[in-house]
Amino acid sequence: MTKRVIEASHAIAIGAKLTRPDVIPMYPITPQTHVVEDLAQFINNGEMKCAMIDVESEHSAASAFLGSIAAGSRTFTATSSQGLLLMYEVLPIVSGMRLPGVMAVANRAVSAPISIWNDHSDAVSARDQGWIQLWVESSQEALDTVIQGVKISEDKGVMLPLMVCFDGFTLSHVFEQVDVPDQKTVDKFLPKFSLKHKLDIKNPKTFGPIGFPNSYMYFKKQQQDAMITSLDVIKKVNKDFKKSFGRSYGSGLLDLYKMGDADYAVLGMGTLCGTARVTIDKLRKQGKKVGMIKVRSLRPFPEKELQVAVKNLKALAVIDRHISLGQEGPLVTDVRSAIYCNDLTVNGYIAGLGGMDITVKLFEKVFSDLEKGKQNGSWLFD
Amino acid sequence: MKKKKQNFEQGAVVTKPGSSKNYHTGDWRVFRPIIDQSKCIKCYQCWQVCPDAAIRIDKKTERVEIDYDYCKGCLICVKQCPVKCIAKEVEKK
Repeated sequence: MTKRVIEASHAIAIGAKLTRPDVIPMYPITPQTHVVEDLAQFINNGEMKCAMIDVESEHSAASAFLGSIAAGSRTFTATSSQGLLLMYEVLPIVSGMRLPGVMAVANRAVSAPISIWNDHSDAVSARDQGWIQLWVESSQEALDTVIQGVKISEDKGVMLPLMVCFDGFTLSHVFEQVDVPDQKTVDKFLPKFSLKHKLDIKNPKTFGPIGFPNSYMYFKKQQQDAMITSLDVIKKVNKDFKKSFGRSYGSGLLDLYKMGDADYAVLGMGTLCGTARVTIDKLRKQGKKVGMIKVRSLRPFPEKELQVAVKNLKALAVIDRHISLGQEGPLVTDVRSAIYCNDLTVNGYIAGLGGMDITVKLFEKVFSDLEKGKQNGSWLFD
Repeated sequence: MKKKKQNFEQGAVVTKPGSSKNYHTGDWRVFRPIIDQSKCIKCYQCWQVCPDAAIRIDKKTERVEIDYDYCKGCLICVKQCPVKCIAKEVEKK
């Protein structure tokens, strides 16, 4: 292991390189660009042996991603925002065909108005497309999650594609100290890529056939079962990762911070959790019993674990960096549905859309709302 | 929908090629085309236009015959026949 000061984009690229992908379709988009730039450089320098496909759009990137996995290659790609939206048509096909692979998504707001800055609108709106989604908080977690992601995705009981979601700019362009694992340990940690069925001209098979009304639903059930199986796999891989690399992230599904005796807590995803930690440390010094729940796995959603985590709380605030227009934040919907029987006040806040800062001050307001017994969340403008 | 015992392979992969032959699209037919061989002039235009390749030529007799396992009853052959020797009948189920 070597310690280096790098940005999360570079950490993601290094993580991808360590997993030894055979193919990487690339199409740059802000703020993901540094990821594919770095990977192109690795390939050009001869640091990794990998086929780079210079595609003409994200739709093609996703299609090449699908095709090369089906042909039996470990494949990686990355995108962001509008790019993910252009990939949308292909997303459920990859998961429906049960093709395992990892894609990094540098989370960015979606147009209009045009915004290149961070929020979670892109990946959260793709949550129903059958991809596992792991959300990360730091550069270190970003690198580690790419490696974990490959193992989770390729697990024989899972076989689903996986997104590593990391905040654009707020994380992608921020330099932090990162422990870079050595290749040998990663090689030992990851299995060899293998598929039960792959495209092979010597042994022809049909991929992506029609599913008539008497069969389609059975295949969807299989996908759902695989998603539920992946809950345990994510936890196990997180544990195994600790054995091999000395680091882990909560249970793998949720990461709890000072929740032991907490009366009030916030729940969120991504980098805003870092700001929440700082706020909690500050409020703890004033004697306030506050804590945080970081949702690392949005899909599959860890319902049961969440029910246990909130058991002793008096109130919970959910911070959504995305709004399901016409409803509320999707995260608060999921949380309410999961803990319906817990009889707990859950307030939904919308914050940080299109790169608006989420500050310690905002978290202090949220905690004071909870203490005052407010029953409604609000939009948090910086 | 008829319940058949099916093999739900992961990712809906069909592991043996040529499986579409097992699917008899003739089930869809509402009208059945019937060739009157006494009027047929063997021009083979019906064989050319059949979108499902469900009309075959018997090599010995050089006559056309319809494969009702796959004929969907689109009746393009009926329309195309220059001597009007293909009649249509309502399919009896």
